[in-house]
Amino acid sequence: MTARVGVVTFPGSLDDGDAARAVRIAGAEPVRLWHGDPALHGVDAVVLPGGFSYGDYLRCGAIARFAPVMESIVDAARGGLPVLGICNGFQILCEAHLLPGALTRNQHLHFRNRDQVLRIETVGTAWTNAFQPGQEVLIPVKNGEGCYVADAATLDQLEAEGRVVARYLGGNPNGSQRDIAAITNEAGNVVGIMPHPEHAVEELTGPSLDGLGFFTSALKHLVGAPA
Amino acid sequence: MPRVVVDVMLKPEILDPQGQAVANALPRLGVSDVASVRIGRRIEIEFTGEPDLDRAREIADKLLANPVIEDFTVRLVEADETAGTRS
Repeated sequence: MTARVGVVTFPGSLDDGDAARAVRIAGAEPVRLWHGDPALHGVDAVVLPGGFSYGDYLRCGAIARFAPVMESIVDAARGGLPVLGICNGFQILCEAHLLPGALTRNQHLHFRNRDQVLRIETVGTAWTNAFQPGQEVLIPVKNGEGCYVADAATLDQLEAEGRVVARYLGGNPNGSQRDIAAITNEAGNVVGIMPHPEHAVEELTGPSLDGLGFFTSALKHLVGAPA
Repeated sequence: MPRVVVDVMLKPEILDPQGQAVANALPRLGVSDVASVRIGRRIEIEFTGEPDLDRAREIADKLLANPVIEDFTVRLVEADETAGTRS
């Protein structure tokens, strides 16, 4: 049976279309979810896409966190539902306390938009099990508020528990502490990533096909293949 | 009717690049005696009835501030001290 992967659209989401396309190219059925509808329509996993939900008012992701669909997603994520938050989706996961820390204004204050090399640090998550440990991937990054911060104890804990999922290589685009580009929760089912794997799934439009691995990982995870 | 004012500031240990950018612009105004600038956010809340500081604190903690990176203070001010009524 084809896995069904939900992609949420908030007011101001930009990359929901690309995320749904990535899900389809990976071999799953994308299911569009609406911010105002708490129903998850029986999806097996969820992607929170990039963009500027609610205009980034107050703080990025702060208002999206209270959307009806998010209450269902937070509950389901605590029960093990694989959830990937990309860019604005990562910010929403932090605001919803599914992931620790916060994303703040890029240290140099510039919006950064470029192809970025990442090193996959942890393959034991629902979204990275298709990669090799230490694998380098090329994926677009595009953000104004992508600087990952957390207190030293939280950062040490993330490192010690192998929850830093990916790091920036060849230059940190936003000042993130310890070059962190992606992290996961304790269970490994929730991953937040600042760069955009959904923009690197086709030769025509992406710098590589490396982004596809995140989506095929979720499918592998759902059929119970060992990570 | 008094309003509740919530001031939200980045925690001291969190880098404030906006504040730094402003501080770096001050020499262009001929100002050279400013050591640092920090930028925060002021939110004014008007309740339909009596102002409720505990409720305001809950709103600030859950929505207006992110406790991971920000601190907030909550206080009552008279209506004529708030931005909405200033001319």
